[in-house]
Amino acid sequence: MSPARKVVVIAATLVALIALNYIFEYGFGDFYINPYYARIINLIGINITLAVSLNLINGMAGQFSIGHAGFMAVGGYTATYLTVYHGKQIAETFGRTVTDPVGSSIVMIPSLIAGALAAAAAGLLVGIPSLRLKGDYLAIVTLGFSEIIRVIILNIPAVGGATGFTDAIPITNFFWIFLMAILTIVITRNIATSTFGRALFAIRSDEIAAEAMGIDTTRYKVMAFVISAALAGVAGGLSGQLFANPLNPQNLNFVRSIEVIVMIVLGGIGSITGAVVGATTLTILPEALRSFDQQFPGLRMVIYALLLILLMIFRPQGLMGRRELNLRWLLRRQKKDGSVLA
Amino acid sequence: MTPLLEVRNVTMRFGGLAAVKNLNMQVARGALYGLIGPNGAGKTTVFNVLTGVYCPTEGEISFDGVNVERKKPYEITKLGAARTFQNIRLFADMTVLENVMTAHHLRARQVLADAVIGTGRHHAEEAETRHRALELLKIFGLDRVAGEAATALPYGSQRRLEIARALATEPKLLLLDEPAAGMNPQESVELMRLIRWIRDEFKLTILLVEHNMKVVMGICEVIQVIDYGEEIAIGTPAEIQANPKVIEAYLGGG
Repeated sequence: MSPARKVVVIAATLVALIALNYIFEYGFGDFYINPYYARIINLIGINITLAVSLNLINGMAGQFSIGHAGFMAVGGYTATYLTVYHGKQIAETFGRTVTDPVGSSIVMIPSLIAGALAAAAAGLLVGIPSLRLKGDYLAIVTLGFSEIIRVIILNIPAVGGATGFTDAIPITNFFWIFLMAILTIVITRNIATSTFGRALFAIRSDEIAAEAMGIDTTRYKVMAFVISAALAGVAGGLSGQLFANPLNPQNLNFVRSIEVIVMIVLGGIGSITGAVVGATTLTILPEALRSFDQQFPGLRMVIYALLLILLMIFRPQGLMGRRELNLRWLLRRQKKDGSVLA
Repeated sequence: MTPLLEVRNVTMRFGGLAAVKNLNMQVARGALYGLIGPNGAGKTTVFNVLTGVYCPTEGEISFDGVNVERKKPYEITKLGAARTFQNIRLFADMTVLENVMTAHHLRARQVLADAVIGTGRHHAEEAETRHRALELLKIFGLDRVAGEAATALPYGSQRRLEIARALATEPKLLLLDEPAAGMNPQESVELMRLIRWIRDEFKLTILLVEHNMKVVMGICEVIQVIDYGEEIAIGTPAEIQANPKVIEAYLGGG
């Protein structure tokens, strides 16, 4: 893409997001979005950010991490803390309040940056010692880490402890959720199609051969881990400040991590569009099955689990496999060199 | 001129077993050096010590004037020593082209931010990498299958692809671990020609570890024979063939 075209695309995306955000909040003429649907759509956006970021480490680099909720918690609590305790100050510097549309966006920027940085730092802290480990060992360390984070948060009264961060101000909106989801997709896609992506795929494929080709495997694993953690931190910052969804240590336990893993496995591990499809499907599915609960309470989750089992039996490579969904693929026109990532 | 690779008194012990004992090697620049020995002689161990997979228990290894005995495999590759594997290790879920492009990574000048933002430098370098990889594939007659999955290739082509991939790291020294393993006599002869041609064309030094005597005798200028981790002979192919110790090691003493 030429720089001029890039600017046009970015501007068009921003305008579209702002317009959609307006419709989300104030409706369009007589049309209003059902708040229940709006909430599901927002959750889809957050889950896309989570799944696509986890795919970077679990899918692309092939390292099995089950501590994504931990990074989400670090980022979420840091971002929310900043808004709750310093948001007013930041907004007032610009002559705004935290709750007005412009003021909330002004606060959102430093809040998300702080969340991303804190989560990245946590990623680095866990990554450096633990990425020398492989497979199951790494999984256990990441699980342990996310539980430690959860227990620490439980014991900090300033962020609400076990009751959750109920002081959180709901400044997250459609615009920020989807801007971050798009940003996450673009960042991971650009990494995947670059020499750094190939280095990660090489590590996933054969670590010994990757080393022999001059790839510093530990460094790239840590790199993937840190970027993945930072993006999870952003997702945490967004979900922590979403209306009626306060941060609560109970919601950030390992079940949340597993949920995100299921999303990427279901979508097709290693595929970015697969992660998007997986996140969308798994956010909608439990809601779509809600009607079953009216007749038989609890049946919903049984069907949900059953669908997952069936899918894994009949399509073990996930919905997308390792393929990427793009226009070229849809038009059945594959590149001459058949590069999977192009 | 100092040798490109110099091994001084290297010993590699695994517990009580000394797989390599007091080994000395001097590989001159531009040489085609063969390291041979019967099964279990310690050839692959020597190879793994040279490429940084193992850290030798004793001794020194200097490559191009740098001490490398404590270096990691990727650092040694960066210094300019690329290798192939006895049991082919291609990146299975990549295409032929991507395998070679991956090996170009260590010569990349772009930083992560270039790739994330998609700067001009990133696009220029990606195009250049692709171009170079295709040129290499052309040399090895693999350009037509550039888009195929690497593991879908026939065995002989996979071997050639592995050599192409090693060459993409732009090495000074190419280490080949039993390149003729699993090849029929016809393929071995072609491979011998290819190896010699690579040395001349890319102006490389090649160190070959081989079990197949014919391959080594046909192309190497210097041959070192080891048995039970110790050197038993060194010399030209003719000298080696006449050496009674070598004959005994290979055929067994009477």
